[in-house]
Amino acid sequence: MEYYLSLIAKSIFIENILLAYFLGMCSFLAISKNIDTSIGLGKAVVFVNTLTVPLNWFILKYLLEKNALYNWTKIEALQGVDLSYLGLLTFIATIAASVQLVEMVIDRYSPSLYNSLGVFLPLITVNCAILGSTIFMRERSYNLVEATVFGFGSGLGFALAIVSMAAIRYKLRYSNIPDGLKGLGITMVLTGLISLAYLAFSGVQL
Amino acid sequence: MNNKKIFQDPLISDNPITRQVLGICSALAVTVKLEQAIVMTFALTFVLCLSNVIVSMIRNFIPNNIRIIVYMTIISSLVAIVDLFLKAYAYDLSKELSVFIALIITNCIVMGRAEAFASKNALYPSFLDGLGNSLGYGAILLIVAFFRELFGFGTILDFQIISSTYNNGLMTMAPGAFVILGLIIWLQRTLTKYVEE
Repeated sequence: MEYYLSLIAKSIFIENILLAYFLGMCSFLAISKNIDTSIGLGKAVVFVNTLTVPLNWFILKYLLEKNALYNWTKIEALQGVDLSYLGLLTFIATIAASVQLVEMVIDRYSPSLYNSLGVFLPLITVNCAILGSTIFMRERSYNLVEATVFGFGSGLGFALAIVSMAAIRYKLRYSNIPDGLKGLGITMVLTGLISLAYLAFSGVQL
Repeated sequence: MNNKKIFQDPLISDNPITRQVLGICSALAVTVKLEQAIVMTFALTFVLCLSNVIVSMIRNFIPNNIRIIVYMTIISSLVAIVDLFLKAYAYDLSKELSVFIALIITNCIVMGRAEAFASKNALYPSFLDGLGNSLGYGAILLIVAFFRELFGFGTILDFQIISSTYNNGLMTMAPGAFVILGLIIWLQRTLTKYVEE
């Protein structure tokens, strides 16, 4: 149990997917103009990430890895089959499909949640934070529970970063910024300062 | 729009990173050293030019509602080619770049140019647009990587410039990347007199 708690803390604070690995910058820069939409996108990312990382783990384990198909079908012809070169294509297809599916299910059963997530669900397909978490899961060869915990943690890390950025940009509206630095420029510099603050966590031993 | 303008605009005035705000993730992540930035530029040029050409060739046959999925399939196949090629011929580099080659799939430049330009224009202009955008992207990458490697390790392309005891961890880590890119955006926007409202 302790191990999983430290994995969550690590993926939120120490190795924040946005501030340490730069994943999901595009939507981060575009959406953080407004606090309400940031909270919406944050929720959607946590939700989809917790879903797709374990889903892709199953696909990797039972379809793509060497001998994965043989291990559960026991068909001789499939022995030694290694489909891992199809990894990228399958992962992005899984993400696109599950985002579509989640959208339809939420729309049917919880219209209020659907309205609060709004346009962000389809947008998430091309959010690098989602695909990135899946690829990190493969590179670090997590097991199923680790994959789920990591998916949740890194989604939460993204949500935390985008909401705090939106709050800062709200305050920034009334400050006097040089013309060329307005908008994108000052946001980059501020993200640098936030990420500097998060560096302080890197000394924490868990 | 003539071909020359299509090629030239994304280089400076309509640069994908500083102006269109596309593809920021990789611009920050692979700029620790110049060598990585150069490889990334080549990889993106290959993917972007080919995806623009392919999308433009089949633009009249793709049904409108499934176009995103079609683009995704084309792009991820091209990225898989680059990924496997680097693993085979430059294993160390591909380890250093780790997930960021794979993440070209979700690099907004590729998707954005396919949607905004290649799906509406003929083959040759689409190719030029891809080339111009990837070179504009590469230019920013090289500038950021130049400063980060020089001030981080004191080297340029692994040649020692500042004394070998020099070492500035802040530049090689995330905050340095954000601040340097922020300053370059400021410079580019001041030079082109662009103000964001």
